[in-house]
Amino acid sequence: MRLEARGALSPAMAIVAPFAAVVVTLAVAALFVAWAGAPVGRTYALIFEGGFGSRFAWSETLTRATPLMLTGLAAAIAFRAHLYNIGAEGQLYLGALAAVAAGGLHGGTGFDLPTPLLFAAMVAAAALAGALLMVLPAVAKTRFGVDEVVTTLLLNFIVLLFVSMMLDGPMKDPTAMGWPQSVALKEELELPKLVERTRVHAGLLVAIVLAALAWAVLRLTTFGFEVRAVGANARAARFAGVPVTRTLVLVALASGAIAGLAGAIEVAGRTGYVTLDMSPGYGYTGIVIAMLAGLNPLGVVAAAVFIAGVMVGADSMSRAVAVPTYIADVIVSVALLAMLVATLAARYRLRLR
Amino acid sequence: MLDALVAMLANADFWAAVLRIATPLVFGTLGVLLCERAGVLNLGIEGIMVAGAFTGWLAVHAGAGLWTGVAVAAGTGAVFGLLHGVLTVPLALSQHVAGLGITLFASSVAYYAYRVSFPNVTTPPTIQPFADMHGLGLPVLAAQTPLTLLALALVPLVAWILARTPLGLAVRMVGENPAAAEGQGLDVIAVRVGAIVAGSALMGVAGAFLTLSAFNAFFFNLINGRGWICVALVVFAGWRPGKALAGALLFAFFDAMQLRLQQADAGAVPYQAWLMLPYVLSILALVAVARRASYPQALMKPWRRGER
Repeated sequence: MRLEARGALSPAMAIVAPFAAVVVTLAVAALFVAWAGAPVGRTYALIFEGGFGSRFAWSETLTRATPLMLTGLAAAIAFRAHLYNIGAEGQLYLGALAAVAAGGLHGGTGFDLPTPLLFAAMVAAAALAGALLMVLPAVAKTRFGVDEVVTTLLLNFIVLLFVSMMLDGPMKDPTAMGWPQSVALKEELELPKLVERTRVHAGLLVAIVLAALAWAVLRLTTFGFEVRAVGANARAARFAGVPVTRTLVLVALASGAIAGLAGAIEVAGRTGYVTLDMSPGYGYTGIVIAMLAGLNPLGVVAAAVFIAGVMVGADSMSRAVAVPTYIADVIVSVALLAMLVATLAARYRLRLR
Repeated sequence: MLDALVAMLANADFWAAVLRIATPLVFGTLGVLLCERAGVLNLGIEGIMVAGAFTGWLAVHAGAGLWTGVAVAAGTGAVFGLLHGVLTVPLALSQHVAGLGITLFASSVAYYAYRVSFPNVTTPPTIQPFADMHGLGLPVLAAQTPLTLLALALVPLVAWILARTPLGLAVRMVGENPAAAEGQGLDVIAVRVGAIVAGSALMGVAGAFLTLSAFNAFFFNLINGRGWICVALVVFAGWRPGKALAGALLFAFFDAMQLRLQQADAGAVPYQAWLMLPYVLSILALVAVARRASYPQALMKPWRRGER
């Protein structure tokens, strides 16, 4: 059994592969739905309706998609350089915490700056916090050859404990009646809503613009070329004079910064403060989104909307039929594995002899 | 403070706790080690531990014996290991991404199955876990369950298989130089997939130790990064089973110590700072040994027959 390269990826294959992956995913997930004893067709219809079937459904899906686009972007640009940043979850939380530290209302953590400046400070603090978390993994990888997957993963646990410590201590909201939540962000820093009487906020536009920007940088600039070169073959890139270490460190920082920004945008657009459950694993789901998108920043936008729709739809579906909401996680993880295989099948032929 | 430390070290309960905390890490680390000696990084461990913890516990909850539960957990690990093996060895997909995919898949399937099996429970149902071995009459071992003994016995066994048997040689060869291994007539794909399946079975047992011995129930965030810590411990151990045991014990020593100090300092240091310690130590250990780490030469290098 061996794999044989098909040569150049045909445009038809590039379109067929993701659809084939989605079909396989829905078929596998159908087995799980049937196992729970629910009617498969009705369950899928409810998920679709809950995610995309109405104005309200769309607004909830787009709200959920906003942080996912950003964590997806963070993963996509890093993975492009074969830098496996699995720490977006921690970077999101530390970014959210930094945003509230810069723009918080109570407890003397806020700075007395005019609103536009304070907003800029909030965004910068969050991006910086996310980037900061990537310094150790990036240096450990480039200087000592430590695998960044393990360091970024372990940092997630450290950050979550740190956030919990802050919510119990210096950044605790004294008015929250003992709930572990941070002080609130100043009201004037909150992002405007895009559509009235929904939760969709301007963060969605920020995410889409950033995705376009990331696409342009990767596609059109020398730096983007270097990132792709390092990802394709680091040794060849070094031989060709690409500054591999510098490129890796810059990509790491950019990836961390985007994930940190996701935290600020969640706080400013949706929650208004930091809690320990503000992200149901957005950082990890971002990895799946990046893979579904084939690491293409524009694809990330579409993949994030799809995954967000599945999650929102599964939430509303489980109120109607007896299928646990974890079906969304099953769908997402099967989609990742199916997409991996589909991408491979688009590029290689499997020869049995 | 120093008195408290001395009293702690003189206490047999403390050492019993060290051994107990180390047990799942020993299973998990040996599992990762087997995969990596064959040249494959298995980041599926975190999810495989969740799945093993769940299925082992579910079997016992459904009326099976405890050892059957352990076997079910091992089988669960082997199934996910086979999936990982197929994706990373013959299909040669990215070991990073496939491993994370397995972790997401295995843990979401376990949580989904838990919710399907127990739709309306608020407190996790419990089982009667393994009893300790008071019959042995040894101070530290008596407080352990037979699973700890199994973990300790597996260390020399795995070391012996790897170092002294043709099978172990085959595993090491495909992890160091698959082309040469094939030249010797070895089926690289079969050996690699076999090592991943065996290693993943151990990861399943690592998870089952938590539900069948350390605790008596399955709950969310049960594994809580223990799998990732095992991945770090293998690097720390330089891919040697004996050192892996030493690493797991050292790690468990610090973990048991932070638990005691957390109680002793009466809240002077936030408890979260103590809980961070194991993760911080893992990162430090990785960085400390990385420079002189001698990785299996073909680790994370997919092997395609006929390609250089």
